[in-house]
Amino acid sequence: MGSDAMLIDLVTPVLRSLGEGGRRIVPVVLIALLMVLLGANRASAQFDFTGSWGPIGTEDVQNDSLPVDYLGLALTEEGRTRALAYDESQKSMLERQCQGWGAAYAVLGPFGLRASTQIDPATNKVVSYTIDSWEDWNGLTIWMDGRPRPSQYALHTQEGFTTGKWEGGALTARTTHMKVGFIRKTGVPLTDQATIDWRFYRHDDVMTVVMIATDPVYLVEPEIVSKSFRLSPRPLDYRTPCVPGYEGREPGDGVPHFAPDKNPFADEFIKFYSLPKEAVLGYPETLYPEYRKKIKATYVPPPPCKEACGQAGNFVRRREN
Amino acid sequence: MRRGLAAFALCLSVSVTAQAQTARDTAPIDLTGYWVSYVTENWRYRMVTPPKGEYRRIPASPAALPIINGWDPVADEKAGNQCKSFGGAAIMNVPGRLHITWQDANTLRIDTDAGTQTRRLHFAAAPLNAKPQAASWQGDSAARWERTSSTEGGSSLRVVTTNMRAGYLRKNGVPYSERTTMTEHFDVSALPQGGQLLLVNIVVEDPTYLNAPYVTSPHFKKEPDGSKWDPTPCSSTW
Repeated sequence: MGSDAMLIDLVTPVLRSLGEGGRRIVPVVLIALLMVLLGANRASAQFDFTGSWGPIGTEDVQNDSLPVDYLGLALTEEGRTRALAYDESQKSMLERQCQGWGAAYAVLGPFGLRASTQIDPATNKVVSYTIDSWEDWNGLTIWMDGRPRPSQYALHTQEGFTTGKWEGGALTARTTHMKVGFIRKTGVPLTDQATIDWRFYRHDDVMTVVMIATDPVYLVEPEIVSKSFRLSPRPLDYRTPCVPGYEGREPGDGVPHFAPDKNPFADEFIKFYSLPKEAVLGYPETLYPEYRKKIKATYVPPPPCKEACGQAGNFVRRREN
Repeated sequence: MRRGLAAFALCLSVSVTAQAQTARDTAPIDLTGYWVSYVTENWRYRMVTPPKGEYRRIPASPAALPIINGWDPVADEKAGNQCKSFGGAAIMNVPGRLHITWQDANTLRIDTDAGTQTRRLHFAAAPLNAKPQAASWQGDSAARWERTSSTEGGSSLRVVTTNMRAGYLRKNGVPYSERTTMTEHFDVSALPQGGQLLLVNIVVEDPTYLNAPYVTSPHFKKEPDGSKWDPTPCSSTW
């Protein structure tokens, strides 16, 4: 028996005994009862997703940005080899400058999120949420109207195809149909078989976005990144279009790359911070506390920080060196 | 009139019954069990001790800088302060395992194997005449469920912690003061390939050593049992 039915069974005989006069106060009593039972702490099942969400930036999601840095990733041998072959100069090629980054860059990039809602004018129901693109990201449309996922042979794009629904207090979504892309700007790859599951939570004026990326080819375990954003009183505007320009690569030049075992930057990040090689190269065991205990005896801390000690991003140090 | 009073008494009695349910009885999500840190973010700040003097990503105030630059783990150890980086505002980011249990019907308990710390999250308010507690590493935590009204359930645990002893946000001596307030939300969701994920969103506010709130969101995977539970004492260097 449900709690509602129990309540009716409990209350009905008493109401009968009250007579006409007592019944007059019933609406007042029921409203009071309802208020008590609902309690003061209930939040809406859905939160207002729309608006501008500024990045908080107190978490390091991809250590920005030395070339060989795969910390916090669980890579397969194939994924590691492919990543070590990557040369950032690829992004200087005219035809790749405006390629943009894939869906994962929503939480890996440094920008905020500007979200809008599209409503079906006939039914007034939400059809989709859109997170607008910025210069080097293609945005994300989350379809909320229950449309089916396309065939696995359908067109794959940088943005992919995303459907969403409200579960409890969170917006959950799944992205498939992405092009071959990256899970880090440092060249760590994702295949077109990858899937990204999203969780959007809002607490007060902070929205936390959790990305769970799964790739059967390049990831041994899912890559989980959570990034928080704060509701911004001012609208964000990142829509500057990408304009390709000459960056030292001529049309027809080959694609810059390294032989995986000859990447000249393989030790750079390791040396900066005295980090263990297997952690920087994304071995799965390095994501768990046991690994911390394993390296305790051998870890040699780097020398004290002297400059730019509070600025985010290793590129700060790199420029200075 | 008497009938009116009887109805009001009935209403009150039903409401008291509803209110008398404990936090454990009304828990909309199950946080109990063993959880392991899955360190995919802030790796360099969590899995190893960062360089002395570095405080990237933490909005440290000018007042914090002398403490950051003067960090002396040997002195901390000698003074019995080796748990400074295992205090309430830092502990959820320290890689390790959580064991979450109900200590009683209105107190959720979190034990950590890293640093062997215990947090008690109190759903029932302390009596008005209760004696003020001395500040402690884990402070005083007031908890409440934040429910959604959706039919499929889903909810969050909100915890506000104060009265913590001054400690470190990071192992390398980035400080927080005794005036710190920490607000946390615990959310649980299913992982796509099975298992559960616990996300803890943490907002640390310190009028002394922070210029802005310090927000982190460590996450944990659920484990089937405590076979990997491995308590270790606090250390000022690791």
